Amino acid sequence: MHTSFPRLMLEHAKNRPDAAALREKEYGIWQTISWSALARLVTNMAGGLAEAGLRAGDHLIVVGENRPRLYATMLAAQSLGAVPVPLYQDAVATEFVFPITNAEVAFAVVEDQEQVDKLLEIREQCPQLARIWFDDPRGLRNYSESGLAPLDALIESGAAYARAHPGFFEAAVARIRPDDVASMFFTSGTTGNPKGVVHTHATLIDRAHAGAQFDKLTASEEVLAYLPPAWIGQNIFSYAQWLVCGYVVNCPESSSTVTIDLKEIGPTYYFAPPRIFEGLLTSVMIRMEDAGAVKKWLFHRFMDVARRVGPQIMDGKSVSAGDKLQYALGNLFIYGPLRNTLGLSRVRVAYTAGEAIGPDLFTFYRSIGVNLKQLYGSTETAVFVCLQPDHEVKADTVGVPIAGVEIRLEPSGEILVKSPGLLKEYYKNPTATAEVLTADGWYHTGDAGFLDATGHLKIIDRAKDVGRIVGGPNDGAMLAPKYVENKLKFFPFIKEAVAFGDKREKVCAFVNIDFEAVGNWAERRNLPYAGYTDLAGKPEVLQLVKDCVEKVNADLAQDQMLAGSQISRFLVLHKELDADDGEMTRTRKVKRGFIGDKYQVLIDALYAGLAEQFIETAVKFEDGRTGKVAATLKILDAKTYPSVQKAA
Amino acid sequence: MAQRKIGDVILDVRNISLRFGGVKALTDISFNVREHEVRAIIGPNGAGKSSMLNCINGVYTPQEGSITFRGRTFSHMNSRQVAEMGVARTFQNLALFKGMSVIDNIMSGRNLRMKTNLFQQAFHLGAARREEMEHRAFVENIIDFLEIQAYRKTPVGRLPYGLQKRVDLGRALAMEPQVLLLDEPMAGMNVEEKQDMSRFILDVNDEYGTTVVLIEHDMGVVMDISDRVVVLDYGKKIGDGTPHEVRTNPEVINAYLGTSH
Repeated sequence: MHTSFPRLMLEHAKNRPDAAALREKEYGIWQTISWSALARLVTNMAGGLAEAGLRAGDHLIVVGENRPRLYATMLAAQSLGAVPVPLYQDAVATEFVFPITNAEVAFAVVEDQEQVDKLLEIREQCPQLARIWFDDPRGLRNYSESGLAPLDALIESGAAYARAHPGFFEAAVARIRPDDVASMFFTSGTTGNPKGVVHTHATLIDRAHAGAQFDKLTASEEVLAYLPPAWIGQNIFSYAQWLVCGYVVNCPESSSTVTIDLKEIGPTYYFAPPRIFEGLLTSVMIRMEDAGAVKKWLFHRFMDVARRVGPQIMDGKSVSAGDKLQYALGNLFIYGPLRNTLGLSRVRVAYTAGEAIGPDLFTFYRSIGVNLKQLYGSTETAVFVCLQPDHEVKADTVGVPIAGVEIRLEPSGEILVKSPGLLKEYYKNPTATAEVLTADGWYHTGDAGFLDATGHLKIIDRAKDVGRIVGGPNDGAMLAPKYVENKLKFFPFIKEAVAFGDKREKVCAFVNIDFEAVGNWAERRNLPYAGYTDLAGKPEVLQLVKDCVEKVNADLAQDQMLAGSQISRFLVLHKELDADDGEMTRTRKVKRGFIGDKYQVLIDALYAGLAEQFIETAVKFEDGRTGKVAATLKILDAKTYPSVQKAA
Repeated sequence: MAQRKIGDVILDVRNISLRFGGVKALTDISFNVREHEVRAIIGPNGAGKSSMLNCINGVYTPQEGSITFRGRTFSHMNSRQVAEMGVARTFQNLALFKGMSVIDNIMSGRNLRMKTNLFQQAFHLGAARREEMEHRAFVENIIDFLEIQAYRKTPVGRLPYGLQKRVDLGRALAMEPQVLLLDEPMAGMNVEEKQDMSRFILDVNDEYGTTVVLIEHDMGVVMDISDRVVVLDYGKKIGDGTPHEVRTNPEVINAYLGTSH
């Protein structure tokens, strides 16, 4: 594909000059920018940037929400062969220092006063940052810092430059080669400095194209751009694919109006991480609680129907005529209006990615007729590696490798990817590049997984966390602790779980109950309890957790690769795992190693086959005081199942 | 922060006394307000702050004293006259139309600036329609300015208190006032809402050059955003000056800060 982003824009402007390219809601009205108007804007901006001294290979940072003129800035920079670097608009000022110094950035285009203030704050640490332009002048009238100017001034001087140098823009665009660097994305590393992922026009355009073909996207799609532009997912969906397909990208008025704007636009192509879908569902459920009795009855009645047959209908499978009729009625009374309220009534394809989505949440959207699917990819792979085809959607896989992608599995379980969309390199970091990119073009994802019988990729854990069962009947089986823990956590009664078993002969687990959910459950059963520790030790509660564990085991047994990860023994911890006690990270991820050391006696008891074990633990309260919690914990055996496929 | 140009005195209050029967609400109060400044009136409960504002606003007629606004002296003001002269106010206990949307509430602030008559408006004739569009554009500017786009069409009664205060400010701004009187704009707000409101008040002052007179309880806020402060206690003026001067005035410390919790 011998093209580049600015060239794609010029093609749209030539072939469909009056078609809408971008829309932005301003003063309550959606304002449209056509492809020809966009091309003029980009030409003028490029003129201004060229005059200001932006040269091919230079970097320019773009900081702000999704704004048409910031998109135009990225195009203008790319037309000059320069590299736009979008940064997270909600990052604190100090987080900008590394990218700016690392990429020797001299130019910045930002959204508003907030971002200007941040850049001015770190200017001493980044002396090379010479020019800052801002889109929205509000509150900035009286700033007199050197090099600070409104974007309007840049466009104006650029227009004069373009008049004086007719044809400069087309000439500059013609010079871009597909292998030139198009954009750089900084990935937020959990440790050390972030890494700049370098992508060329060819890699991004190839993946955008492959994704578009896979879902048959056309120029008539509507997309709402509301996630941070610095995130590659947003960039692919509302920049790369926008230019490849030529559809309309809509920019919401502000971050607080997204739900209103979503409803007004009715996007046909939609992308969100699971937490957004969860938030939408919660808001519906809360409003349903306040609804009248008749409405509530109708809602629950038809949601039952949807749960039962909705997913099958979505998958194109046949259901009985009676169910079809009931679903049609439900669609008329409940699902249709609900989709409309959520702003999803025109969605043809919706994707979720980024983290594991709960099967209930996933099924909910599919059952009300939203074609929600999952995909797998990362910044380094320009997003599209695996996608779920229509009618072949499963809650626990991420789909099939799409055009151009090859997948190889290491013996350790790590997934390797070869695709035309792989990163060129990590910026100025050959060591890190060599770590993930092999000489023959394979990229190490760091994720562990496998292809199931139908060719769908299943992600189970980070590769470094995957262990092996040693000895016993399951000798050599793969153990994916996070996969098991996630399965447990999908039960509302279980808040946290920690699975052990690497280099041991069976899997054992610690479980934390969800105090609120289990407390509620106990109250409805007239089961008195004195507090968390007491509730966690009740035989009824242990039985409840045991049922959950056994359901997980039955589920794991369905899968030949993971049947060995079934939990043989477990206990319910007497205290909640807490970041204050160092047992979890601040983002609530369990620290398996630390917990293993801290509760060594319990692990020993689990593997020694004891029926109970006394433990005393120091705890830190929120006000800083420390105390002790002691309990004798019962250890239960859970039923495990033979692997289904092995038996068959 | 920018250098605002503080101009000449535009509002001069001279020897105002206000009595309700035997109750002396205000005794011999004099102070002035300069163009483009943020002027605060502070004092403990019952000090006469709202009464003072009501005198300027024309709600109460003081028994003694005079008010000079832009060179014209009045012994008493009438509310409509005050509004026509470019003085707008907000209320301590919110006086919004609860059942009406945010847009309509702010639009009501444009009332004085509507020139078409009832007949033209009722039949939505050309002139009325053009006028409506102009006013709507102005209102949208305010909505954008106060960042309440998400609530345009929400009935005001359903909004949280802090947002209602913002709508109240929006309605006052719709009058395009030269002087904005704010009666406890931050009462009953949490810290974050107070910060937002302070920012909006400073932005109004900065962007539109509006002179702001505000009554406030929260000392911290007052000291941060005001250019000059008047302190009242039991209807008498006990201090006047920059926040620093007021803070170090022993009488003020005694009357207000000393007893404040």
